[in-house]
Amino acid sequence: MANVLVVDNLDVTFALHQSEVKAVSDLDFTLAEGETLAVVGESGSGKSQAFLSIMGLLARNGKASGRAMLGDVNLIGMAPDKLDNYRGKDIAMIFQDPMTSLNPTLRVKTQLAEVLVRHQGFTAEKAHRAVIEMLERVGIPEPVKRANAYPHELSGGMRQRVMIAMALLCKPRVLIADEPTTALDVTVQAQMLDLFKNLTNDFGTALVLITHDLGVVAGVADRMMVMYGGRCIEKGPTDTLFYDPRHPYTLGLLHSTPHVAKRAKRLDPIQGLPPSLEHLPRGCAFHPRCAFRFERCFEERPPLLPVEDVREKACWYQGELKYEAVA
Amino acid sequence: MFGYALRRVLTAIPIVLITITVCFFILRLAPGGPFDGERALPPDVMKNLRAHYNLDQPLISQYFIYLGGVFRGDFGPSMVMEDFSVSRLISIGLPFTLMLGFSAFVVGTVAGMIAGAVAAVQQNKWPDYLLVAIVLIGIIIPNFLMANLVQLFFGVYLRWLPVGGYQPGSIAHLVLPVLILSLPHGGRVARLVRGSMIEVLGTNYVRTARSKGLGTRLILARHALKPALLPVVSYLGPGLSYLLTGSLVVEQVFALPGIGKYFISAALNRDYGLVLGTTILYVFIILALNLIVDVLYAWLDPKVRYR
Amino acid sequence: MAGITGKDAALTAYANALATEAPKGRSLTQDALRRLFNNKAALVSIFVLTAIVLFALVGPYFLPWAYDKIDWAGIRKPPDWAKGHYFGTDQNGRDMLARTLQGTQMSLLVAGVATFVSVVIGILYGAIAGYFGGKIDAVMMRFVDIMYALPYILFVIILVVIFGRSPVLLFVGIGCLEWLTMARIVRGQTLSIKQREFIEAAKAGGAGPFTIIFRHIVPNLTGPVVIYATLTIPEIIITESFLSYLGLGVQEPQTSLGTLISFGAPVAEALPWMLFTPAAILVTMLLCLSYLGDGLRDALDPKDR
Repeated sequence: MANVLVVDNLDVTFALHQSEVKAVSDLDFTLAEGETLAVVGESGSGKSQAFLSIMGLLARNGKASGRAMLGDVNLIGMAPDKLDNYRGKDIAMIFQDPMTSLNPTLRVKTQLAEVLVRHQGFTAEKAHRAVIEMLERVGIPEPVKRANAYPHELSGGMRQRVMIAMALLCKPRVLIADEPTTALDVTVQAQMLDLFKNLTNDFGTALVLITHDLGVVAGVADRMMVMYGGRCIEKGPTDTLFYDPRHPYTLGLLHSTPHVAKRAKRLDPIQGLPPSLEHLPRGCAFHPRCAFRFERCFEERPPLLPVEDVREKACWYQGELKYEAVA
Repeated sequence: MFGYALRRVLTAIPIVLITITVCFFILRLAPGGPFDGERALPPDVMKNLRAHYNLDQPLISQYFIYLGGVFRGDFGPSMVMEDFSVSRLISIGLPFTLMLGFSAFVVGTVAGMIAGAVAAVQQNKWPDYLLVAIVLIGIIIPNFLMANLVQLFFGVYLRWLPVGGYQPGSIAHLVLPVLILSLPHGGRVARLVRGSMIEVLGTNYVRTARSKGLGTRLILARHALKPALLPVVSYLGPGLSYLLTGSLVVEQVFALPGIGKYFISAALNRDYGLVLGTTILYVFIILALNLIVDVLYAWLDPKVRYR
Repeated sequence: MAGITGKDAALTAYANALATEAPKGRSLTQDALRRLFNNKAALVSIFVLTAIVLFALVGPYFLPWAYDKIDWAGIRKPPDWAKGHYFGTDQNGRDMLARTLQGTQMSLLVAGVATFVSVVIGILYGAIAGYFGGKIDAVMMRFVDIMYALPYILFVIILVVIFGRSPVLLFVGIGCLEWLTMARIVRGQTLSIKQREFIEAAKAGGAGPFTIIFRHIVPNLTGPVVIYATLTIPEIIITESFLSYLGLGVQEPQTSLGTLISFGAPVAEALPWMLFTPAAILVTMLLCLSYLGDGLRDALDPKDR
């Protein structure tokens, strides 16, 4: 399958008062047509900032470099008015908090229809009909009535469905969903993931699912990328990472996720706190919390290297990962 | 929306009534009056005067006579300017004051909004700094002082504009008064718009709008402007009170024929009838305009309508 | 003339913060003061203000002319250092510097007393509303909302009309109408303090509502009161000078900055020093108080920066 998004050497830095902080360092990945990629990491691992930079949505003090090729155009460093020809049309994004991500002063249909008017040149009337259709598609009952509602009149799940409808209106090639279920009730979360799966399948849209919840990843993602301290530390097909993690951090994540850790009989949370990006440790960023560390980890940062043919990891430790042995 | 407006009207009526009642009794119960001149008046003259102004009746019936009059638009006689009724004086001064206030309100609000929005988009660049400086001057220097300074500068030294007075239809006579009245108002509006615009541009829903590829102009006009105006609209209510206060000064300094001038001279002469009448009128205007502002707010913020 | 420092908005936000972040009331205020002292503009303003106040209080003892002393040889004269009229004289031959200092004293006195009155009323009103809560609170705060909508300068003028133009009544009258924001803050603070254990303990010990309010709630209000007063003083200085300017305030032979400006304005073309001396002092004070207010507002609401 062809790649729709190829990211090369992506760096994201933020200028602070006197210093600079590197939120994302040297990130490479590809996204194939129609595939689902899960991006996993704790908060502050740079996973959201990486994708905000691809969308051109960094905060004022943020700066991205590298390449993010959507087809044959590079989105990084593109002028905002040119970027607007792709954002919302070929690449769309859904945000974590559906409560604040919709404009409270505009009706739902206005916020949806403007996408079609902007990118497809629809007339207002045609756009409204397409909006109602799409709202029905994402499972909103009484779509005509809801389309006329203001966001505060809808429940959280309903709002996230509106966000999904908004993102999919132009049948984008890539959809980035940043923690799309975190703010929702557990019962709604499962429905929402089903919806994602079905719709992206139907539209042939490639999905990037940014999350810190491995439970969300399990049933949905084809491939998985684990991030720590602004870098990718392990990458590969979801199944192999789940059953045979090769990086101690991935192992730790699996052991701290309740329904995944069932096999291990008990929860083993990772010790310590995620590092501050301003003061990343020398060597491997994970070494202060790692149970498998040795001298080399303190001094040298491990590069991301292939293991077997479809997997990559960034870790010096080459032995078998067994928690019981250490804990 | 209509129900909301109706509820607001119904709550405003008792406020007007209470204001009339409180002001009436305070003024009537106060020691001294317009006839306590330096020379004592002969008793029978005094008696006639009191009868003429209904002052010999019990206070409570005076109150109802007055209240009845107010409903018919009759604010009773002026006690110092003998040949004029309060209503007559008001009808002379009110159109001018409203015209002055309305011009200043429109000029200040529009200029303030534009300046504030520009400053927000150009945050920390020179247009922003320029605006902050002008706003500071406009707000810091009290308008009676500012009025005198511009009068001195443009009227006396440069002789570009008339020093004061008013001729119907003359725009030149209105330039300085409107400038002085709109400067602090516009300054506060600009400050508010700048702050709220910066805040709105950082919200999640503006980020959503950007992610949809809508383009800066559409985002500003459709997504940012309405919510950014909310704090401005809620300021307009108190802002009207400041405009009123300012109009008292401006009418005085530029010798303009508005009700502010009557109000001040009535206060200096202890002309209770005129003070009471103008106060009621001011309160009524302020409340009516506040009502409009509230309804406008409900239109801008759909959540308010359901409260 | 309220609103010069944006006080109402800033302090209402502060009151809300106090009410919602319940038990942290004190440290919120301490944080605010710490941030204030890191603000250079605010520190310079405090310094200049202190200098003006000291000069207004002490200066007259060192001047060759008293504020009401007439120099028959120097009527309507520009500044003259040899004679000791450093800022000239007015039409009656009185020294402008001495008069300006006396006017500054008067303006500060009015501001101080009126602020005190408004703080007292605001504390009582807000503490009662917040402490008793429920319907009493709803009615009392609704009244405050209504008062906010009314143009309070009209009522000040009515009070002046009724009681005549005595400065004492001017203080009290302005103070009686400036307490609204204070009441809101105190109510918010009271609501949060009410939840704390020591109030429970006092109640269990049989203390009545007013004992609790005065012994336990009022002493906890020091921070908000200091901040409120700083922001209220410039507004009262403006109100006072506004009224005096219109002839409704301080009367001859006493004087205030507003009175001086109103006498200086009509003759400013011929005798500019009569307008510019009091105007410069007034604007400097207001500018400093405004920077101080801005500093306080930033200190109270750090996310605003």
